[in-house]
Amino acid sequence: MSTLAAVAALRATETGRAERLTTVRHAHLDDHPFVLVPLTLAGEACAPLAALAGTDRERPTLLTVRQPRDRAERFRFTQRLAALLLPYIDQCRTAETETYTVGRGAEKEERRRFLRAPQLLVPGGEGIAYVRLLGRLTRLRAVEGPYAVDPSVPALGKWLTWFADRAEFPGSCLFQAMTRLLSAHWATGQSPAEDSHLASLLAWIDPPDGLTGAQAAREAEDPLRFPPAGPATDVVFDQTLHDLMSRYDEAGDGRGREAVGRQIDRELRGQMLPTWELVWRGVDLLRGLPEGGHVAERWTYDRRLFSEYTAYLDEDGRPQARRDHAVGAARRLARLEEAMARYDAERAFDDPLVMAEYELSGEAFTGLVVARDEDRFAPGPRPGSMVWRPTITVHSELPVRLTAGKEVKCPARPGQKAQIVEVVPDGEGHTVVVQLNGGFNRARKPPAPPGTLAEVGETVTYTSVDPKSMPSVLPAEEDTPWTHGGPPEPYEPTDEDAEEIWE
Amino acid sequence: MPPQHPVDPPGSRLAALRGPRPPQPYTARKITALTANPACSRRAVLDAAGVDKALLAQRMGYEPRFGQSPFAIAREQAFEALVKWGGYAELIRLLREQLGVPVQEAGVTDLNAVGGDTSLTRRAKETRGLLARLASGSDERLILDRPLLTLEVAGQTAHLEPQALTHRVGGKFYVAEIRSFPAIDGQANPTAVAQTAKQAAVSVLALHRTFEELNLDPEQIAHEFLLICPKDFSNRPYGRLVDLRQELDALRFQLTRLRRADDLALALPPSATLDTDRDVDELDSSVGALDASYTPDCLSFCEMARYCRDEATACASPTRLGGRVRNTLPGVDSTRTALAYLEGVHAPGPAETAAIDQLRAAERLRRLRRGGAA
Ligand code: SF4
Repeated sequence: MSTLAAVAALRATETGRAERLTTVRHAHLDDHPFVLVPLTLAGEACAPLAALAGTDRERPTLLTVRQPRDRAERFRFTQRLAALLLPYIDQCRTAETETYTVGRGAEKEERRRFLRAPQLLVPGGEGIAYVRLLGRLTRLRAVEGPYAVDPSVPALGKWLTWFADRAEFPGSCLFQAMTRLLSAHWATGQSPAEDSHLASLLAWIDPPDGLTGAQAAREAEDPLRFPPAGPATDVVFDQTLHDLMSRYDEAGDGRGREAVGRQIDRELRGQMLPTWELVWRGVDLLRGLPEGGHVAERWTYDRRLFSEYTAYLDEDGRPQARRDHAVGAARRLARLEEAMARYDAERAFDDPLVMAEYELSGEAFTGLVVARDEDRFAPGPRPGSMVWRPTITVHSELPVRLTAGKEVKCPARPGQKAQIVEVVPDGEGHTVVVQLNGGFNRARKPPAPPGTLAEVGETVTYTSVDPKSMPSVLPAEEDTPWTHGGPPEPYEPTDEDAEEIWE
Repeated sequence: MPPQHPVDPPGSRLAALRGPRPPQPYTARKITALTANPACSRRAVLDAAGVDKALLAQRMGYEPRFGQSPFAIAREQAFEALVKWGGYAELIRLLREQLGVPVQEAGVTDLNAVGGDTSLTRRAKETRGLLARLASGSDERLILDRPLLTLEVAGQTAHLEPQALTHRVGGKFYVAEIRSFPAIDGQANPTAVAQTAKQAAVSVLALHRTFEELNLDPEQIAHEFLLICPKDFSNRPYGRLVDLRQELDALRFQLTRLRRADDLALALPPSATLDTDRDVDELDSSVGALDASYTPDCLSFCEMARYCRDEATACASPTRLGGRVRNTLPGVDSTRTALAYLEGVHAPGPAETAAIDQLRAAERLRRLRRGGAA
């Protein structure tokens, strides 16, 4: 945790409310997210028990499994989930497209991407692990032969796996956990372990009238009012469920059994509904924040990946392998680190409160422009030549740790290259002379076009961090077009995969 | 099997503190919890005295959220039964595949009871005797089902019951632990594996101590254990050897740091009581007199966590906010003090100055850069 976040947490313990960590929202929130609140049966590897799902806040669809140990019932559950999620994905792919170009020169190529992409939201991090497991369990199934399942089952599996893979990439918003989104934007006065409980986290961020966040968070721990956000269930509830399921099993066929079945459904719905509402409250809170500058660009990339994966499914369609090869895993790790660095830099450019962390570490400074030299020329690259290089002089009240020669950028003028010429102590802080190496709308001599050169009295920030200097966000062209994670590894499911036991 | 209670040594102060209720057994889980938070005297004393912590917490108004789901219990039992079913057929198959055991060796001793006697002392004695015969080569067994080992921890005797012990695999003794979390594509949940490894290390250590006492060659004890869990999404057992050297080193180190629980209990006034049938105020003041060392991790393993958390909040302990906040406040023992430093109400001492300067700079930047964000 950064020092600024630690201070925010300290303040939260004092004010009794969560403190903002950002001035803007750094995540895309779709107009139509698909929310999934899953529950599984305790003690099993991956036995779906129930889910509330859908895009309509007022009318979630309830899916339940009344006999979770029954294989056929489990597959019926995945089929029903597929019947909700796949049409949602299809809506995104039939939406309009836009054209973009990749590559340069002879390699240049026009491609199309959808204007929409699916966004899957779960309450917490365990929900992401659940989606990954359910994907693993369903994507390798055969649709023909002795163990045939409905074609929607492996289709669901491939999408769930794709979502889970994307969830690992910082900045991607195709699949997110609400607790992670919220704790990226607010600091509470409790520990990260407690923040992973959605109800307590929201209690700190938006406590009910008359309660502090701390008090509300304690109340939110009551499993009767706020059952666990899943997929694990409450142990006390499990006792109730156990009794009901035993009665269901013993009831034989007929109306008595159906009555118990409906009671199981009601109980399960009661366990999930509070979480369903909390996820949507989280959506509201996040929507209330203004969107950060790079959010749309990242979502555009998400839309591109979505478009490419749909194309892949149409053309090839084989599922992801059981496990990453070592090479794929290593590349993937490198990609993750890149994505992290870029995401951090972009957030700093979009948000002074995030940039403040770089100011604190000495990788950025902010100050008033106290002078500027618009007519300055400096020796150019060719001997004897002179090039137009205006400077501005910035006074920072805080000490500056960047040194002369360092290349820097200003988030307000991200296209302008700049370099530090001089750093002179001045009171408690420093005065810095910054030379501007371009970004004047192609002008080669003074005057600077309006707005391209900071005015005296303007507050500016300069930093050595630069999102554009990061390695390309796009996979090399020889890479698979549809994954971000490495070379293509389509997988041919075997008979063994198709008949894999699901007990 | 009826619950087995250990027997108190006569005149024990810890037993007197606990009162008339029978002591809770001292298990591998308790030892790993103790080593997870070695600075906590509270838990050390409560466990050594055999106090029912869940009941104690409940009595003091903190309902602990622990316990096992009936589904999880059923699954665990079914899986263990499956592994041992048919004359331990699955276990033997695994041993053959994982440890290269020759087929014909299949001698099994069930130590769940000795001639119908399930008492801990009897089973421990029988286990010791059998170990001595096996280790000296005068007897042969492939599997010991639920052997009972003992280990002295913080002045208390712990009784440990690994699911199985196998003997004479490549001339070594292996502890086997059966768990119901799955290994999917050969990978099990790392947290669950780590937890199991810690518990297995306790059994292996107990085995070492027993060997020392019996003057047997400890080289015969493997420093790996056999983890048996369901394969993928099935019920088929899957086995894997897991190295324990790190866990064993860590455990030995932690155990040397533990103070004897009866010494710790001396800190309590003579009137103190941990008897869950006594008055809540009495309990509260006695428990409060034992030093705790709450961290948010406690929430995941200790029945007392909510009680200790409220106490930590009341005295503004920085640790309650997690390691990362704690680390930004070296030498500062209260978040209230830290806030007072931030306000400039207090001046930090020389040891804290650097950290507090950094915090103040962060605070100032927060104020300047947050604009309209509340
Ligand atoms: S919760 Fe309390 S008693 Fe338990 S380990 Fe933590 S500090 Fe010790």
